[in-house]
Amino acid sequence: MERRYSPLLLTILCLGIAILYVPIVVLIAYSFNASPLVNVWGGFSTQWYSQLVHNRQLLQAALLSLEAAVTASTIAVILGTLAAIALVRFARFRGRLLLVGMVNAPLVMPEIITGITQLLLFVSMVQTFSWPHRGFTTIVISHVAFCTAYATVTVQSRLQSADQSLEEAAMDLGSGPARAFIEITLPIIAPALLSSWLLNFTLSLDDLVISSFVSGPGASTLPMVIYSKVKLGVSPDINALASLIICAVGSCVLIAGYLMRRAERRREAETFSANQTHTADRAPHG
Amino acid sequence: MKPGRWLIILPPLLFLLVFFLVPFAFALKISFAEVAARVPPFTDILTRTPEHGLQLTLSPANYQYLFTDEVYGYAYLYSLRTAFFSTLICLALGYPMAYAIARAPKSTQNILLLVIILPFWTSFLLRVYALEGIIRDNGLLNTLLLHLGLIHEPLKIMRTSLAVYLGIIYSYLPFMVLPLFATLEKLDPTLLEAAADLGSPPWRTFLDITLPLSLPGVIAGSMLVFIPAVGEFVIPSLLGGPDTLMIGRVLWDEFFGNHDWPVASAVAIAFLVLLAGPIAIYQYYNVKQAEG
Repeated sequence: MERRYSPLLLTILCLGIAILYVPIVVLIAYSFNASPLVNVWGGFSTQWYSQLVHNRQLLQAALLSLEAAVTASTIAVILGTLAAIALVRFARFRGRLLLVGMVNAPLVMPEIITGITQLLLFVSMVQTFSWPHRGFTTIVISHVAFCTAYATVTVQSRLQSADQSLEEAAMDLGSGPARAFIEITLPIIAPALLSSWLLNFTLSLDDLVISSFVSGPGASTLPMVIYSKVKLGVSPDINALASLIICAVGSCVLIAGYLMRRAERRREAETFSANQTHTADRAPHG
Repeated sequence: MKPGRWLIILPPLLFLLVFFLVPFAFALKISFAEVAARVPPFTDILTRTPEHGLQLTLSPANYQYLFTDEVYGYAYLYSLRTAFFSTLICLALGYPMAYAIARAPKSTQNILLLVIILPFWTSFLLRVYALEGIIRDNGLLNTLLLHLGLIHEPLKIMRTSLAVYLGIIYSYLPFMVLPLFATLEKLDPTLLEAAADLGSPPWRTFLDITLPLSLPGVIAGSMLVFIPAVGEFVIPSLLGGPDTLMIGRVLWDEFFGNHDWPVASAVAIAFLVLLAGPIAIYQYYNVKQAEG
């Protein structure tokens, strides 16, 4: 589009970005405050960070959250990829509309509704099958449900833009459909798999409402512990913990984004040169 | 259809069916039960009697209760109003932002997009907590304003409706900007040039071309803000006061405070009915877009 900026547009853009970032910057700054009082600057200190290491409750919760997030996002990426393949590659099948609805609904369903309905299911299941017991298992299952939705949408859009003619070529050369998919298309959609895994991981790690409903006694995730501490008031060690989490997630996303862009560019360049040399007569797909 | 395809379709279909869709049936069932002092804390709606075999007892008491206790009506209206105005403010702020990003040169565009997306990845709970650091009575905003002599006593923002609005706008702004950007980016610049060549002033061009063509983005963004905002729990719980009674908080208190699972289920079902319209609109546009 044309490059003409009105000052008003620029002001609103800067204002919007400021709204998004000022609270985070202030939070990180306060995490280095030596004074436990929030409105007094008592000098620079890293004491709140070193205190975190000795907080057993926080460490245990963090471990539970990490385990649940890794498990849930891995299962969700597998289920989401299968759903995306079904939706993109199979034009018609019984239950298609149902699947479309079920992968889109969790994206907008208020967590509090998902949480309570899933808990009621788990409670009824335990009565009948004596499984699953509330805790790690139920947290993972409920996280997989909403993460699958995000994974499907991410992989679906990548799969739609992937060039299917390469796969067809492989099948023409005698490769089976499964092998053609794994060898040709899987590497192309790999960045989408990675980014949806990361997104699922952070969503799962962050979830408070659903986990609070479906978890059982003794299984508190990190957000549950943070919430109960924050509810009681500001605590400096939560500032430190929050800064750590935000910086860790932020830098992971930036690094992953950079690596994926680089890989994508290289792949595009390779495909382009391959197209140039081998199939000069065929118009490249847009 | 080849049987091998069902190996791909069935795992996600069955999983979501059992763990996402079927739970709503259980919530519906339990919303017709009564609270009982046992584990789980509600009565069975299907009971075995010696005379009739199976007997179905549906108690509409929970739904009647929602109408008689005015807390629920208040909470529904308050949630809808808060979500509606927050969505409008997000739109007013997000549209110019998305527009500015769509017009930026490609290299700047990527950086700006990253800047908008990054908060979406960082913890929602922690960002709400971070906002508290700005707006509380002895927070940065009040300290700054007092220091500058603009005010003489701290502004009361925390535990008010204003704090809830700020929280929702702050948390959901990226959800508004991204779909808007997606539609504005696809806008064909030659249309705008043509309009300008034909003598249309910029504001007319905007109303006649840009706005109608970006309408899918406006709707998607608005639904992505409105629907979760109506059901928001964390923001009113951490930033709001006793009068910022949103439906999510009521449900939470009913469940964790009063341990009344049947009433909590009834609140959830009634809430879902309320949201059916917006969710249907979102689904319709989403499916249309996904299916091309």
